[in-house]
Amino acid sequence: MAENLLKIEHLVKKYEDNTILNDISFNVKQGEVIVIVGPSGCGKSTLLRCINALEPIQGGHIYLKDDEVKAGGANLAKLRQRIGMVFQSYELFPHLTVIENITLAPMKVQKRAREEVEKEAEALLKRVGLLEKKNYYPRELSGGQKQRVAIVRALCMHPEILLFDEVTAALDPEMVREVLDVIVDLAAEGKTMMIVTHEMQFAKAIADRVIFIDSGSIVEEGAPEAFFESPKTERAKKFLQTFTFEDVSKRRAAASDSISASE
Amino acid sequence: MNWTAIADYLPLYEKAAVLTVKLGVLGIFFAIIIGLICAVIQYYHIPVLKTIAGFYIELSRNTPLLIQLFFIYYGLPKVGISISPSVCGVSGLAFLGGSYMAEAFRSGLEAIEPIQTESAYSLGMSRIQTMRYVILPQAFSISVPAFMANVIFLLKETSVFSAVSLMDLMFTAKDLIGLYYKTTECLFLLVVFYLIILLPVSLLGSLLERRLKYAKPGA
Repeated sequence: MAENLLKIEHLVKKYEDNTILNDISFNVKQGEVIVIVGPSGCGKSTLLRCINALEPIQGGHIYLKDDEVKAGGANLAKLRQRIGMVFQSYELFPHLTVIENITLAPMKVQKRAREEVEKEAEALLKRVGLLEKKNYYPRELSGGQKQRVAIVRALCMHPEILLFDEVTAALDPEMVREVLDVIVDLAAEGKTMMIVTHEMQFAKAIADRVIFIDSGSIVEEGAPEAFFESPKTERAKKFLQTFTFEDVSKRRAAASDSISASE
Repeated sequence: MNWTAIADYLPLYEKAAVLTVKLGVLGIFFAIIIGLICAVIQYYHIPVLKTIAGFYIELSRNTPLLIQLFFIYYGLPKVGISISPSVCGVSGLAFLGGSYMAEAFRSGLEAIEPIQTESAYSLGMSRIQTMRYVILPQAFSISVPAFMANVIFLLKETSVFSAVSLMDLMFTAKDLIGLYYKTTECLFLLVVFYLIILLPVSLLGSLLERRLKYAKPGA
């Protein structure tokens, strides 16, 4: 049995009196791919931001192995190196080239040698098909390319867990695939990941476990087949229905029937 | 126009120009440092220091350089600190320029989305590393137009130095006019020398803006 890499115990996140996340607890095992789904504003992205201590929490604990992740904690910068994060809006550094974006933190934070980091960065860029763009500036790249660079940038720090916050939400449909393929590749490699996404087909394909959050609480969690084929809760059923168009086809069929009947 | 007189005055103007540039550059250098410190203090909302910086900025921006120089030049010796005219000129210019630079840098800093900082933090960077490698370079390139305008403004403000008996360009021109009454020639030279100093600075500014075009946000 793989050990627990990340432990979240009774996490509570509030903005003043407004509770965003209420008593969230779950574990992530080494090598596990967790997909978090839920309606907009349910707190999924906030949960990821809490895990990286970008948001202070008002209750509970987050542990990466034996170390507690805490906003304002003394070893926070060290812990964040072990947690990779990819944002919806890429957040590449616009004043640096692709290769500089990737090598900045390994060189300045981990004090690794430029040569070694560049070699690794180039190998990773090659893997995501962007080696020839290494001297380009972010503004010269498409959204999908920027997001792949952002993933490489996170990977180059050798994080123990990767957090993906709706990384395809800002992309044109045609570019979604190239980014998802990279993530699928990482899953196959055994990387531990937590993915917040609205791409249900992708979620179904990549997840080891799905966590469904609504109004700040975990409503349902389980294997992807079970969750997507036969959700246990009404709330999850209703949520998943918004992604299918069976109703619409039925309604159209019914409408055309009634028209042909009246003719 | 009496060209022989102009040729005679030329060495005097040259000497004055060198002094103007020297003191101007020094004053601007310290103004940049003061401005950076104030801008970062305000950006991070550091208590107490933020109030002091705010007070300084308002005091410095809303009083004329001439008055500031008089305070330093005639006021400080009254409390036992006597300084040379050069030091007075440089510190006066730094006092005035610090607030203008602070405002230029602050507008640049505030234009950077907070999520850029979060992105750097999530890579394990410290506050200082994030400021140095991620935020400041971007903020600076946004500030360049305001920054260059300040440099030009401060170089022109050096003309007030003559009031504390510094032999700068303005002092030399006034002095020569008083001695020889060749007003046209002296003022002509004055304009030419200020242009010689300031035109390259303007050119450098537009060059810098073009070079930094990639660093603008929205990438």
